[in-house]
Amino acid sequence: MTAGQAPGAAGLYRTVALIRGFEQRAVQLVRDGVIRGGIHPCTGQEAVAAGTCAALRPDDVITSTHRGHGHVLAKGAEPARMMAELAGRTTGLNQGRGGSMHAADFAAGVLGADAIVGAAVPIAAGAAWAMRQAGSDRVALAYFGDGAVSQGVVLESFNLAALWRVPVVLVCENNGFATSMRPADTMAGTVLARAAAFGIPAATVDGMDPQAVLDATAQAVERARWGGGPTLLECVTYRFDAHHTWEHTARPRYRTAEEVAAGTARDPLEIQGARIPAATREAVDAEVAALLDEAVRFALDSPHPDPATALDHLYASGLRARAGAL
Amino acid sequence: MPKLSYLKALNRAIGDEMERDPAVCVLGEDIGVAVTYATAGLLRRFGPDRVLDTPISEQAFTSFATGAAMAGMRPLIEFQIPALLFLVFEQIANQAHKFSLMTGGQTRIPVTYLLPGSGSRDSWAGQHSDHPYSLFAHVGVKTAVPATAADAYGLLVTAIRDDDPVVVFAPSGALGLREDVDLGGLAPVPLGSSRIHRAGSDVTVVAVGHLVQDALAVAEELAGSVSVEVFDPRSLYPFDWAGLAASLDRTGRLVVVDDSNRSCGIGAEIVATAAEEMRLVAPPRRVTRPDGAVLPFARDLDLACQPTRSQLRAAVEKSVGAG
Ligand SMILES: Cc1ncc(C[n+]2csc(CCOP(=O)(O)OP(=O)(O)O)c2C)c(N)n1
Repeated sequence: MTAGQAPGAAGLYRTVALIRGFEQRAVQLVRDGVIRGGIHPCTGQEAVAAGTCAALRPDDVITSTHRGHGHVLAKGAEPARMMAELAGRTTGLNQGRGGSMHAADFAAGVLGADAIVGAAVPIAAGAAWAMRQAGSDRVALAYFGDGAVSQGVVLESFNLAALWRVPVVLVCENNGFATSMRPADTMAGTVLARAAAFGIPAATVDGMDPQAVLDATAQAVERARWGGGPTLLECVTYRFDAHHTWEHTARPRYRTAEEVAAGTARDPLEIQGARIPAATREAVDAEVAALLDEAVRFALDSPHPDPATALDHLYASGLRARAGAL
Repeated sequence: MPKLSYLKALNRAIGDEMERDPAVCVLGEDIGVAVTYATAGLLRRFGPDRVLDTPISEQAFTSFATGAAMAGMRPLIEFQIPALLFLVFEQIANQAHKFSLMTGGQTRIPVTYLLPGSGSRDSWAGQHSDHPYSLFAHVGVKTAVPATAADAYGLLVTAIRDDDPVVVFAPSGALGLREDVDLGGLAPVPLGSSRIHRAGSDVTVVAVGHLVQDALAVAEELAGSVSVEVFDPRSLYPFDWAGLAASLDRTGRLVVVDDSNRSCGIGAEIVATAAEEMRLVAPPRRVTRPDGAVLPFARDLDLACQPTRSQLRAAVEKSVGAG
């Protein structure tokens, strides 16, 4: 889709439903031992991924985080290849080399999820700069969590992006937690004030409302395209599920059941679902369920990689590494 | 005798040292809820002035600990991921490590960096599976890799009491170990003191961290044909060279099993030092990760990049065949 052709309400709902259903199936596959290493589910945060990506063109790019399934799917990666990646299969987006925390799909403009908090923000800024240097009006969008705004490299990136008017949109997903830590425990000042310190326009957005996220992102993207530089959007949302599926068994105590009930009361799936006719919603749900069931089947039917290929792609030049044993 | 788990040993070591010395404090992410378990119960016991849950600001809090050490504290920092050591390499290798010399001995930096869950975690992919202990040995930061619960206790206590920076790697592959111990008998283990887990007369296998278990298994497998001595250096820097020389005087053959990348890993240093200075009747051998390894996500690929028992067994057999 191109700018000005943002999806309608049903399109936004579909993306939210797709991500929700994907995460449900992925969590189950973790329980089944098919997906190893666990995942960081983004359940509850779908509106951020759906709304932001709806404001982007296919040739725009994103960088993502450890909690990145929603971003990658919303940007257009095929769910089946994403599921195959989580299951470590050769048909996965990264041929089973990356997994949940490193899913990348360059054809869809996904430069990659990153497992190091904050690490991808400067990568998005650099890509945005290079795209502008090449004469295009493409933009980059970086996702990061509330925990990442205490990371030096993120603040350094704000400075570079503002200083060089880089066409990057900075999307802070404030889901209330950095693992067990709350913003109030780890953050002096505010997210918006950090942007203000670098002269970056910033706004707080209802991160539970896909349309509100889309509208705010559309403005930020437009500013970036015409050369107005970065914008920061703090999307306020809530993490419905565990920090990581490890929590499903370990159960660390950092939030109460009442708190979770209050946090999950507003659900992006319901918010967007209420905006479309019931029949449309049913049709979308059925289509998405069939697509995702097929994605799971595809992942399960796909081959595991051959151990002899473990270091394929280690070097772009094809340099072969010495083995660890003779 | 009570069973002590490796993680519990780390937890006990920190608690005992905090009890003993009010200068000991702990910093790290999610240490209040103790996501790694190493800090379980400490916040409740010692309060938020000594157990500091930090923002995700590793570079800052690592050097913050350095400053606190200059001013009399003995901080321990827990890192959730071994790769975070790359993020704070500057703060450790170029700051904390250098101040004793650069100040002409005016200061000391007694900071401990604890890595519960180093090495592969079974499919956590490229950015969570590193085992960078050789890097620290290379720059000369004191580096310990305990292989057992009792040694985890003893080495961590020593690290906290040491007046220099010390990195303690607790390999994921060892965290689940449990052993019978006399809790009253738990004691500090000096750096630079190796441990022979199994005596043998044909080959010395130097095994680092969790690989000690693999070395013991291979030694057992080969017991009928080859007498394997399993040598655990316990700390990589300083290294117990005298202990290794004594072992090689007995066996004359050396195989190192090391979860580092091959090039410039600690295995290379051990082999080189043995070749230069010690008695060898056969060429020394290494079993390591490949050069430059980035551990891929898929399980079989991840495993293909780590040293295996069968590789170790083959190296031992070649070593014996060669001499
Ligand atoms: C630099 C760094 N420090 C610590 C970690 C371990 N870790 C993984 S996720 C996480 C919390 C991140 O919180 P936030 O950025 O708010 O994102 P969320 O998990 O809430 O999506 C931490 C501390 C890491 N991956 N990278």
